[in-house]
Amino acid sequence: MVRLDEIVAGYGEPGSSAAVLDGVSLQVPAGALLVLLGPSGCGKSSLLNVIAGFIPLRGGRARIDGRDIRGPGADRGVVFQDDALLPWLDAAGNVEFPLRLKGMPAAERRERAQHFLELVGLRDQPRHAVWELSGGMRQRVGIARALAADPQVLLMDEPFGALDALTRERMQELLLRIWATTGKTIVLVTHGVEEAVFLATDLVLLSPRPARIVERHVLDFGRRFAGGEAARAVKSQPDFIATREAVLAAVFASEPDLQAAIG
Amino acid sequence: MSALIGTRPAMAEAKSDAPPARRRHDRAWQRPGVLSAASVLLLLAAWQFVASRGWIPPLFLPPPGAVWDKFVRVASVGFMDATLWQHAAASLARVGLALVAALLVAIPVGLWMGLSARVRGILDPFIEFYRPVPPLAYLPLIVIWFGIGELSKVLLIALAIIAPVAIATTTGVRGTDVSRLRAAQSFGATRRQLLWHVVLPSAAPDILTGVRVGLGVGWSTLVAAELVAATRGLGFMVQSAAQFLNTDIVVLGILVIASIAFALELGLRALQRRLVPWEGKA
Repeated sequence: MVRLDEIVAGYGEPGSSAAVLDGVSLQVPAGALLVLLGPSGCGKSSLLNVIAGFIPLRGGRARIDGRDIRGPGADRGVVFQDDALLPWLDAAGNVEFPLRLKGMPAAERRERAQHFLELVGLRDQPRHAVWELSGGMRQRVGIARALAADPQVLLMDEPFGALDALTRERMQELLLRIWATTGKTIVLVTHGVEEAVFLATDLVLLSPRPARIVERHVLDFGRRFAGGEAARAVKSQPDFIATREAVLAAVFASEPDLQAAIG
Repeated sequence: MSALIGTRPAMAEAKSDAPPARRRHDRAWQRPGVLSAASVLLLLAAWQFVASRGWIPPLFLPPPGAVWDKFVRVASVGFMDATLWQHAAASLARVGLALVAALLVAIPVGLWMGLSARVRGILDPFIEFYRPVPPLAYLPLIVIWFGIGELSKVLLIALAIIAPVAIATTTGVRGTDVSRLRAAQSFGATRRQLLWHVVLPSAAPDILTGVRVGLGVGWSTLVAAELVAATRGLGFMVQSAAQFLNTDIVVLGILVIASIAFALELGLRALQRRLVPWEGKA
């Protein structure tokens, strides 16, 4: 379980810039698909980076299973918006990369990579150059790579933000299927309200900078999809629409400037 | 011209739903390669014309035919106790040796400078200080220090290659994508693994560009390097020929030096396409 207590964090030297996060506390239950939702630049990615161990804390405590987070570690896998694949390796090579760092023998590595490529629906593209793949396929490789390292928690920083609308929906469905089959705890950052409501078991709404938790919802639309309902059917159910509109209203309300702009 | 214009309406009638293919280069003679060949041939023709008219004496500009005859002669019989191929081999060996030595120094130095702002602060002034100085200016100093042997020649060329490769490596290392570094860190990569598996491959396209620039500079330092006590080499050949006013051999030497440089550049470009095909795409 990930547990954040009164987190204070920012970029650069303390005092040189205002904190991006100022006293945020959050718990991520095991097996949850927790979505951090907030307006652009609110600090939701920073919060994810704190869990990943990419940015040091100025105050507060960040723990995973009781251990303090002191830096990046193999217990937390990360999927980046810009995919962060290594272009000098092919698709399978990228998925094998974390295993190679651990010193796993080549044959075992290949087998594992193939398994995770199949899981993300890229069974037939193992030897493809990643820079020739489409954005959605690259993100699939990124997810397979993060899963291959077998992390406890999967951290996803706006993973579908750069994809077209159709691919985005496909990837949401893929993510829910992966979440249901692997049982991994996932923390996902997005600014898409519909995406957040559809995916989240725990939806955390953040205010503009410095980020604070405005609302927290426990939802089950993703579970309905994982249980066999069609994605569009779930998304057009009245309670989905009602929740989406309520969350959207809360996002607008949390941002006074935006509210003024739309009158 | 009118024939070309004449084909246009016909093409317009023939077109269906196919897009207009490569409109910019749709006339064969406008392709860059064709234009390059044409301009070279035009220059050769002008050269031949001027020489055959006797407007410029052969001492200043020998006709193309004379240079070709010299080429055949120097290639088979030789000039200054060595054939053209032996001169070329001597020069290529020097530049090759200098390149290897320069890479062994420049890539680690560039890596180190790219990784540490402190090291960059310490080394940057030296690199920037000697880089713009023409090799001919510090050649005497190198000769005083290291004598007139092979070492001085190779060192002079190596020095010319080191700066651009080191600078390019530094740039490449500093341009390493933060997300890629973070991804590797989150898989538990050690500092060494980061360097070997992420930083170095990330910098590879820049390093190869540096090698291209460096080899060009190194090759152009050749004549200076072979000024002192050389008995073989293309630079030496040109200088000796100049002393005997063998203008045809001077022209031949220049053409051979340029051709080899061009071939090296094409080879390196091919190598770059092969080694870092993702450059500019990811």
